[in-house]
Amino acid sequence: MGMNPFQAPWFTTTLNSMLGWGRKYSIFHYPYVTACCGMEYMSAACAHFDIDRFGAGWTRFTPRQSDLLLVVGTICQKQAPILRTVYEQMCEPKYVIAFGACAVSGGIYDNYAVVQGIDRIIPVDVFIPGCPPRPEMVLDSLVKLQLKIKKQDQDWRWKKKATS
Amino acid sequence: MEEKSDFLTALAARFPGAVVETSSPLGDMALVIRPESLFEIAAELKNGPGDFATLLDLTCVDFPDRPERFEMVYHFFSLSGLRKLRVKLGLPGPDPTVASLTPLWKNADWMEREVYDLFGVKFAGHPYLRRLFMNEEFVGHPLRKDYPFRKRQPVIPMRTP
Repeated sequence: MGMNPFQAPWFTTTLNSMLGWGRKYSIFHYPYVTACCGMEYMSAACAHFDIDRFGAGWTRFTPRQSDLLLVVGTICQKQAPILRTVYEQMCEPKYVIAFGACAVSGGIYDNYAVVQGIDRIIPVDVFIPGCPPRPEMVLDSLVKLQLKIKKQDQDWRWKKKATS
Repeated sequence: MEEKSDFLTALAARFPGAVVETSSPLGDMALVIRPESLFEIAAELKNGPGDFATLLDLTCVDFPDRPERFEMVYHFFSLSGLRKLRVKLGLPGPDPTVASLTPLWKNADWMEREVYDLFGVKFAGHPYLRRLFMNEEFVGHPLRKDYPFRKRQPVIPMRTP
């Protein structure tokens, strides 16, 4: 009786899957490139391997307009506050990919200067190992991230209002 | 080779007592000097007949077991004579201080800041002796052999993954 249609289960599940479908194919990524893995990122992003085939072709060089933070390369302790600021500037929903061995675990740099994995600073969705990873691995990780985005419980503007 | 050893003996005769040892291993001239005479020898190398116009590199090595713990190594290059010269000097462990070469070569500035940052060697007369690589709050000098291998000094608190 007088049920708000926005609370109806069929509506939320349909909207959830629609939003998931749309969001997974409209990833704007922000490359945070600090080291040599950037070459592989360029190869993956440009015409040779063409990340645009998977709906992530738009590179936005501002974190405020991007959904996906690609941390490409070694993050030093001195760089850590900058990376966290960039992450905090991004709007929800936001995702992070740790690109390459250095971003995943510090790589060969097990020393005083390097952060041993960027998950010590910010939460990470997908890790790509490799020194450097092949562009195919980058595309594979993007597909895995798309699966994650599609499966997750989506957030939208009136959701909290509708469910509370 | 003759010319090189002649140059080294002439230099050693010009600064008596300052030059500890001369040699030319593998064709490059090498010189071990007393630390207090570094600046005048470097000025002579730059402005004298050797014409060593370029300071290629300036670095430091830590030998914890030696009484003169820090060994400074300077590499000079002569553009007119196409010769290289390596100058070494030992510094004591407790308060390693040596004259800055910034008045002679501008590029000594950052290299001396790097050595100060990583080894803690102080350079008297340096205009802006501050850490180059590590953050200002960093405690200790990480390339010294007694810096703990696993010691980390994060700038921001690390989260638990």
